[in-house]
Amino acid sequence: MTVLLGPSGSGKSTFLNIVGGLDQATSGTVFFKDTELTSCNERQLTRYRRDHVGFVFQFYNLIPSLTAWENVALVTEVAKSPMRVDDALALVGLENRMTHFPAELSGGEQQRVAIARAIVKRPEVLLCDEPTGALDSKTGIVVLEALSKINEDLGTTTAIITHNAGIQQIAHRVISFLDGRISNIHENSSRIKPAEVVW
Amino acid sequence: MISVLDKKLLRDLRHLWAQALAIALVMACGAATIILAVGSYRSLEETRGAFYDRYRFGSVFASAVRAPTHLKSRIEAISGISGVELRIVEPVLLDVVGMKEPASGLAISIPDHRDAKVNRLYLRKGRLPEPNRGTEVAVIETFAKAHGFVPGDHFSAIINGKKQELDIVGLVLSPEHIYSIGPGDMVPDPKRFGVFFMSENALSGLFNMENSFNDLSATTMRNAGIKQIMGDIDDLLKPYGGVGAYDREDQISNAFLDAELEQLRAMASVIPPIFLFVSAFLVNMILSRLITLEREQVGLLKALGYGNIAIGGHYAKLVIVIAIVGLVFGSGAGFWLGRGLTRLFANFYSFPFLLFKQSLDLYALAAGVTITASLTGAVKSIWAIVVLPPAVAMRPKAPTRYKSFFAGRFNPTRFFSQLTTMAFRHIFRRPIRFAMTTFGTSLSVALLVAALFSYDSIDHMIDTIFFQIDRQDATLTFVDDRGQRALLNVVALPGVIKAEPFRTTSVKLRNEHFEVQMSIVGLPKESDLSRILDHNLAPLDPPRKGLVISERVAEKLRLRPGDMVDVELTKLNGRIARLPITGIAQSYVGLTAYMSLDAFNRMMRDGQWISGVRIKIDDHKLDKLYKAVKETPIISSIALQNISRDKFRETIEQNITTMTSVYVALAVIITFGVVYNSARIQLSERARELASLRVFGFTRAEVSRVLMIELAAIVLLAQPLGWSLGYMFAWSVVQGFESDLYRIPLIINTDTFAWSSIIVMIAAVLSALIVRRRVDRLDLIQVLKTRE
Repeated sequence: MTVLLGPSGSGKSTFLNIVGGLDQATSGTVFFKDTELTSCNERQLTRYRRDHVGFVFQFYNLIPSLTAWENVALVTEVAKSPMRVDDALALVGLENRMTHFPAELSGGEQQRVAIARAIVKRPEVLLCDEPTGALDSKTGIVVLEALSKINEDLGTTTAIITHNAGIQQIAHRVISFLDGRISNIHENSSRIKPAEVVW
Repeated sequence: MISVLDKKLLRDLRHLWAQALAIALVMACGAATIILAVGSYRSLEETRGAFYDRYRFGSVFASAVRAPTHLKSRIEAISGISGVELRIVEPVLLDVVGMKEPASGLAISIPDHRDAKVNRLYLRKGRLPEPNRGTEVAVIETFAKAHGFVPGDHFSAIINGKKQELDIVGLVLSPEHIYSIGPGDMVPDPKRFGVFFMSENALSGLFNMENSFNDLSATTMRNAGIKQIMGDIDDLLKPYGGVGAYDREDQISNAFLDAELEQLRAMASVIPPIFLFVSAFLVNMILSRLITLEREQVGLLKALGYGNIAIGGHYAKLVIVIAIVGLVFGSGAGFWLGRGLTRLFANFYSFPFLLFKQSLDLYALAAGVTITASLTGAVKSIWAIVVLPPAVAMRPKAPTRYKSFFAGRFNPTRFFSQLTTMAFRHIFRRPIRFAMTTFGTSLSVALLVAALFSYDSIDHMIDTIFFQIDRQDATLTFVDDRGQRALLNVVALPGVIKAEPFRTTSVKLRNEHFEVQMSIVGLPKESDLSRILDHNLAPLDPPRKGLVISERVAEKLRLRPGDMVDVELTKLNGRIARLPITGIAQSYVGLTAYMSLDAFNRMMRDGQWISGVRIKIDDHKLDKLYKAVKETPIISSIALQNISRDKFRETIEQNITTMTSVYVALAVIITFGVVYNSARIQLSERARELASLRVFGFTRAEVSRVLMIELAAIVLLAQPLGWSLGYMFAWSVVQGFESDLYRIPLIINTDTFAWSSIIVMIAAVLSALIVRRRVDRLDLIQVLKTRE
């Protein structure tokens, strides 16, 4: 689990977008395993996102016309070897809210649905852009716990963008950005539990 | 200086240009059809009115076999009559150099040494014939034009058995013959039918009608009792074979113009409302979306102190600008189409002049109606934003709430994919908008069905009239009723393969207080060339006792088979015969009744007579036959079935093709307006979720599917609805056409429905594809950064 830290405009999101195959780099190269993402066309990038990447966003981006269960199932329709939808929702503790529409869920619940949707396809990479940015501390912790659990249970490489410096202590590695460059990388020798994060 | 809000307005318009244009085009159709229909109606009506007034078109008409001119003072004395003209009107055969087939003509007398009191002639070229110059004629302009005649040219006519050379001295127009059709024809053919006018003295000499007349036209005073006048005239003419007076409503030329005006009136009241309704709906759709998107801006403007009038006015202006663009297009198109239609009219109707009449109030009417319709569409959205308190407006709208189908008891994802479920839930969330969009699209299908069905109906009509009912090649009519010898004379003509006689006379059919003036046709027992068909098109024998009447006559007189009807034999001093109705016949033209020739002659009690003969011709001997007919004195007219049919088909098809192209354009515009706007609104509402789908790895095609499913549902559901509406439109068109002159059967073939749907679907697919390109350009990153 990696946390990407840095002030607004430092390039965290651009980095995440390029790594996630949502944007093209103007220079340099990016590899995913043996695939050079920077030379992929639109179709290949769509394929890459579909098969390998899970996304979690600040504003959840759930489909309002689908229930929690259906939002997760949406991804299983195009994934190669997805887990069961019910299992994904159980991983984030939402087994009892499956038939609710997004408008019927709290912010934290919506974000957990988004996490379940991101991991149901067993992605190799999970990219989270300010996953707790729109949440209060209590709900934010629940969401971080879900992300940690997935990282531990499934071993998914997880990158979390945040403004909140307190979150860095739950990560294995912290990469700091400044003015479009990586200013520092360090490994946490000891990690804390999400519940211990000071908001 | 332009205000800041107006700057915003211009930028909004630039941003919305494609949607605004689509709506403006629908509005343009509404405005154009108002200008076209109302403008053409006025042009035709006012031109006709002015022509009638200035040239003293009669209000009452009558004809007789031969009546003495001394009746004139008694006719003039009838209360309410302001002017009377007694005339000689005779059908003749014409022989025009360069034309193989004989043409039919109508010779009409004009008074000597004075102007006519009724039905004056408009002199286009040359002069009127001099009294006593037996060969001078003024011909109706259309006939002259068709043959390239100018004053000084000549043609021949067989007048009372003698070939007579006639000298053209003038070209004229007559208010009685604005629309003129020859015997057996269904549309004007000025080459084969010509009306000409001769000095009364000359014509009475040629027809041995000295001191007699056989035709009467009278003008009446304002508010005169026309029915009473007609009754009085009938009483006076009864002893002289008077066939019953009639008013303008039954005067052929006037009746055709009435039918045309009625169609324009129907067009003006049906077509524009369709477009105005659709444009009001589209305005409602895009404005409510725009206001939803700008809700927070409106809250801010309110917080800054802008009043409700300023804000409401801002959005109203947006709509009015769109309406004005529509009006400009619509006015241009309306004027262009109106001028085109008026020119088309000028081919059929002979007026001294006929211009497309435009006046400021016509455009004001179109503007008023269009702007009102668009504001009606806008009022709900504007009101909603006006009443919203600024603090509430500045907060984003509560998130969209969706419901499960059937309160959760039905799980659609068991049957459909998540993408399909998304599309259906969106439909169910806004059922009214979905229904209105479907209804709007169905109107274009309906317009097409209503335009294209005429091909089917006319085809059926041509087949029935020319191949099932009247199967002869030509109908020869004698100068007056003749004995059986005349039949033998016709059989002896070159090229005649088969000949069947008929007798006809004018009658009044009466049932209780219902009365119809028409003619009865007597047909031989095994009549094969001319047949009587029932409504299943199965042949009926000419009844030996009783009468088969056409559907229209049955309706007018409320008669059913088995009922008795009074037949007043107008040429026989009004003697009345009482006959049973034995059957109802299918007929699309005129008012008809049939009986067997023997029964007819028994009813007339005057011997074995025939009025003419229907013949089948050997095509190789046509020229010889024509030549012989021209030299046969007893034949007063010849109706050539093939030429009539071809002319009818050609004329009608030309008209229908013009009309259909206009309707296809209108339908495509509606479809484009509705489908394009609907797709754009959907895209605007769902850009975020569609972009999210792209981020999760769904391809462009998969994402577009969500949008296309809803559009497809709209377009598919619009088809059956459009067919039903189209059937209703077609039915009302048929009802509108129904008159004593002709009726159009309501026949809609399956391929008409299919074509209507294909055209609308192609237009829908193209509109959707334009929006599809926008799905490809969705900004994936931007959409993830923003809260809806």
